[in-house]
Parts: sequence; C-alpha cells; structure tokens
Amino acid sequence: MDDIFSWLRFDFMKLAFGAVLLITPLFGLMGTMIVSRKMAFFSDALGHSALTGIAVGIVFGIGDTNLSMVVFAIVFALLLNKISSKHAESVDTIISVFSSLSIALGLAILSRGGNFSKYSSLLVGDILSITPKELLYLGILLAATLGFWCICSNYLQAASIHRALAKSKHIPVSLMEYLFAVLAALVVMLSIKWVGILIINALLILPAAASRNLSENLREYHFFALVFSVFSGILGLIISYYANVATGPAIVIIAAIIYFATYLYRRCAGT
Amino acid sequence: MTMRKMIKPCGLHCIRVNQLSVSVGEQQILKDINLHIHCGSLNAVIGKNGAGKSTLIRAILGDIPHTGSIEFKDREDGRLQRLRIGYVPQALNIEKNTPVSVYDMMACFQSRFPVFLKKSRRIRQKILAALEIFDVRGLVDKQVCNLSGGELQRVLLSMAIMDEPNLLLLDEPVSGIDRNGMELFYETIYNLKEHYDLAVILISHDLDYVARYADQVILLEGGVLKQGSVREVYGSDAFQEVFGNAKEAERGGIDRG
Repeated sequence: MDDIFSWLRFDFMKLAFGAVLLITPLFGLMGTMIVSRKMAFFSDALGHSALTGIAVGIVFGIGDTNLSMVVFAIVFALLLNKISSKHAESVDTIISVFSSLSIALGLAILSRGGNFSKYSSLLVGDILSITPKELLYLGILLAATLGFWCICSNYLQAASIHRALAKSKHIPVSLMEYLFAVLAALVVMLSIKWVGILIINALLILPAAASRNLSENLREYHFFALVFSVFSGILGLIISYYANVATGPAIVIIAAIIYFATYLYRRCAGT
Repeated sequence: MTMRKMIKPCGLHCIRVNQLSVSVGEQQILKDINLHIHCGSLNAVIGKNGAGKSTLIRAILGDIPHTGSIEFKDREDGRLQRLRIGYVPQALNIEKNTPVSVYDMMACFQSRFPVFLKKSRRIRQKILAALEIFDVRGLVDKQVCNLSGGELQRVLLSMAIMDEPNLLLLDEPVSGIDRNGMELFYETIYNLKEHYDLAVILISHDLDYVARYADQVILLEGGVLKQGSVREVYGSDAFQEVFGNAKEAERGGIDRG
C-alpha cells in the first residue's frame, strides 16, 4: 500500500490531488452542456480571454489581476453570447475573430518590454502550486455549479433542442443562456491557473465527447462524463508525478485515449 | 388511434388575430393579418415559399417581434382568457448520436425535476399517458435522434398536448414521411381537433390534403389574400393567381422532397 500511495506523501501532491477531485467533476459537468450546446468555440475563446483580462488589469493598474481577468471574462462571455444569439449562421467564424483578437491583444500588452516569460506558466498551468484557500474557492464553485445544474439544466437542454419550442413553454431561454455564459466564464477563469490556457478546452470537451459515444440518455451522459473526467484527472496526476511531466497535458492525453477508445467501441458496436 | 381523454370542442371559444404585422429591418414580411379561429377547427395556411407562413407561426408564438394583437375570447361574454399554445416544430436541433431519449426531451420541456440526476416515476407516467394518445408509448426510452420522421412528429404532438393547449400550431412534415405517413398525420390532426377542445393552425404544402381535411383555408402572400372555406378559397381568383397551373403540377408530384 505504501508504494501505491507514495506520491501522496508530499503536501503539494495532496493539495493537487484535492484540486483534481474538484476541477475534474466541475469540468465534466460543464463539458456536457458545452458539447450539447455546441459551444466548444465559445469555451475556447473564453480561455484565450484570460490573457487579455490580465493585460487589461495591468494597463489600468489594477493590483489584483485575477479580478480583472474574471471581470473581463464575464463581459467577454456575455458579449459572445449576445453575438451568438444574433447571428446564428456564422457564429464559429465570429467567435474565432474575437478570440484571436483577444489573445493577440493580451500577448501584445503582456510581452511589452520582453516580459512575457512571467506569464507563460498561464499557458500550461501548474496544478502543483495550488493553495488550501484556492482549493476552498474551487469547492464553492463546484457546489454552486451543482446547484445551478439542478435548477437550470432542464431549461438549457430544452433550449438546445429547440429554442422557439422552449420559449413557447415559457422557459426563460435568454436568461438561462446568459447565466450559463457567466458560469462558464467563472469556471474557466478560476481554474485556468491550474489547468492552463492551451489545454483547458480539451479538458472541458473530451470527457463529454467520449461519454456521447456510449450514452443513450442524459443520465448516462452525465455519469460517464464525470467518471471519465475524474479518472483521467487522477491517473494524469499520478503519471505526471512519476514521469515528471506537466499535469494538465498528462490528464488531457488520458482523456483523449478514453475518447478514442469509446469512439472505436461505438464503431464496433455498430450504433 | 386511441383517445383516452375525450373533451368535445365546446365551440364557444375563439382566437382573434388583429392587425398582425411583422417587419425585419426595412422589409415588411407580414402586413395586417386578421384571423378568426374557432375552437375545434382545422385551419390550413397555404401559400408559396417565402409567403410568410413560418413567420406567421413564429409571430403567433411570440418568437419574433410583431405589432397587432392576439386575443383568446369566450364567445358568449367576450371575456379574455390566457391562450395556451402547443407548438410542433418541423425539425429539432438534434444530430446523430445525441444522448437524449424521448423521456429526457419531454421531461426537460415539461418539468423542473432535474432530468440528468434521476428518472421521476410520476413524470414518466405523465409522459407515457401523452405518448399513448398517439400510439407511441413504446418509444419512451428510444433516442430522439434515432426516431423516424413520423415517429418524431407523433412524439412532438404528444408533448404539445401535455399542457392542454387551446391552440395547436404546426408545420406539415415535409421530409422523412411517405404517403402513408402523411395520410396518418392528417387523420391524427383531424381526430385531435374533433375530440379535444382546441383549434389547429397548420402550415400545409399539400393542396389535396388541405381540400380534404381543412375547415378553413388561409391563403397567404405577405398578407391574407383570401380566407374562407376550401371551396371559397380554391375557387377564388387570388388562388388561381398564386397557384395557377402549379396546382396541377403539385397533384402530379406530391411525393417531392
């Protein structure tokens, strides 16, 4: 037993383990809706906006760049949501434009005077540096997300199946979409330091996409997405410890392997 | 077709659409639509592509901004009531491999109990009862994306009548339904309006079926060109102008697209 859990000897590994246990279910859950609502571009753009948010904070001399990052992401998410509801045809193109602009702005400002290396950890993320207080924030966010899910997931699901039909049943479609956009912004921003801009979207999309290959109803969809997400999180953390690679990428590789396995399973099962 | 809950149409309610107009930007799509719809009647909206048929449905639904009003009145004392609308869209935004069962979809629209968490026996009973009316009880655990066009249509009808609507808005199915399916569809709608206390507004592309089943026909072309019984509308000059020889062509090519 000692050998199996020897990686938990260090405090930073215990905290990282806690972080994985909070972040992965959170991402598994958010991912189901992001995939259902075909918002992969949206969440990707959100991740990119983190750099801009920090840059905006620096330009305006805000001490806590975390704050400017979250505020900017929420504004950005609301804006993207508004655009998506107005121009249904070319949403992916428009979001890409905003996403590229936002990351270019962020990079331009942060790299002024050759100082970008200070922020490069944000690109890959570092789950081993998480503190107990930050763990608590993640816990609160997970609880809030679960609460949101219990109240709003039916509505969001209905709206994604047919917007006008949902409206005709007096479902507050627009309000739900805005709330979800804000929640997505919060989740992405509060975990980006640990997961990293480059792979945050993979972690959101892969478990849900893999789960879709196996599931026939919403309960199975959520269950498998959560299981895959948590499993790749824990295994990725252990592998990263022994193989001495960054944790985020290790988790994503496991999640991707699961995705391909479920894809092959579906092909072979012939459904 | 088994009808479990038979409520005869009372014939005492009517729905009035007054001066309804829809503009998108500079362009006026619908102008001064006035309709008078009785409960227990099947009202077919016909017109060419781009005549504004779908826009009319969306405006009545409240999905797009419009001017004018829609009233639901008691014919005896003229008292206004709240109109409950059942809507049956032509297609859903569901692609292959979507993990949503018929139960999931109906429960998402009809209840607050979190579908992702657990199945509710009570809601399942309600859903089964609604599906039973259209003989599709067996589909409850099927994935929505795997249903045939006709099956989906019946599931959507089941969902539409769960709130006991006064007005049913629907598009005639265009794709994925064969000749038998169409016959069945019209019979279903006909039975529905005969046995339930509701009015039906149906967008139709098939003049033959309209002639056989509709109580009132509304010929649309940006505005109402002609409104009345099948005989009145089909015999009118406006009808000739819009459909002309197209009517003959349609008779020959009903199973198109």
